[in-house]
Amino acid sequence: MIKVNEQTVPYQEGTRIKDLVETHKAGADIFIINGFPASPDTLLADGDTCCLIRRGEVPTAGEMESLLVARHTPGLHEVVKKAVVGIMGLGGLGTVVAGALARIGIGKLILADFDVVEPSNLNRQQYTISQLGMKKTNALKENLLQMNPYVAIETFDELLSEESIPEVFDTVDVLAECFDDPAMKAAALSSVLTNMPGIGYVGASGVAGYGDNNSIKTQKIRKNIYIIGDNVSAAEPGQGLMAPRVGIAAHHQANQILRILLEED
Amino acid sequence: MTTMKITCNGETKEINQGITLISFIKDLDLNPDNVVAECDGTIIKRDKYDTLVLTEGNVLELIRFVGGG
Repeated sequence: MIKVNEQTVPYQEGTRIKDLVETHKAGADIFIINGFPASPDTLLADGDTCCLIRRGEVPTAGEMESLLVARHTPGLHEVVKKAVVGIMGLGGLGTVVAGALARIGIGKLILADFDVVEPSNLNRQQYTISQLGMKKTNALKENLLQMNPYVAIETFDELLSEESIPEVFDTVDVLAECFDDPAMKAAALSSVLTNMPGIGYVGASGVAGYGDNNSIKTQKIRKNIYIIGDNVSAAEPGQGLMAPRVGIAAHHQANQILRILLEED
Repeated sequence: MTTMKITCNGETKEINQGITLISFIKDLDLNPDNVVAECDGTIIKRDKYDTLVLTEGNVLELIRFVGGG
């Protein structure tokens, strides 16, 4: 058997991927076999997973899923598409974490921020000029759906507190702490350690400036609880927050979230 | 003043008896609002920092956060 755009069909020896165009995707001109681009004349082997795409066309949910599956390590997508991840704070960390998770086809994101997009955000946060003044929750949702239209997204646009976090995020598998304010960072971790045993948690501390790339570390606090950063580089006068280093930390967070979901803790 | 020993983030510290958690945190030059404190395996709520008096042999874990995100 082989898989063609989500359908399982019998394997016939000697079939080339271009032979599937007529029956499975008229006009297809991009061919992916087992996650890698292939020429139209490539011979198929039993067990292959094939994606046929028409250049420029928006894929259906099923096609999108098969493309994501094909690009990922086998078995990964089954876990990722069932996962629910909460993101607290949609700034330089949160927008990047959310983007990385949307692109790998995470099942559901719960996005929380009380603020609107401001010009000073654009030096590091994944918003655009046309989104100035929009609620961050709505602006980020709009952007994420452009990256992957098949991610379920819930939004919460009020100020979070130590008390409300367990309620707002009661369905999550992993919670990403992407706040700017250090007191909120502490309150969130305290709340989760006290009230949400068993969930994964990936926070951040020390991401400002342009210090050494490799001083950003992923530190395990306890099982499934991590803090990312160098622990000392605070955002303060003379040391700004900038896209490159905040982005390094955000991608540490996103990868750690994936590792928790895959039980690589 | 009598002193006693506690462990903080794996290190033994000799401190004065009767000291509260908030004083201990402030003596480390940390802002208590930005610190998560665990004492003998229990997470201490922020509003208890002022009244919790440390005792001999306490094992403290302090996690300090800096701003930016």
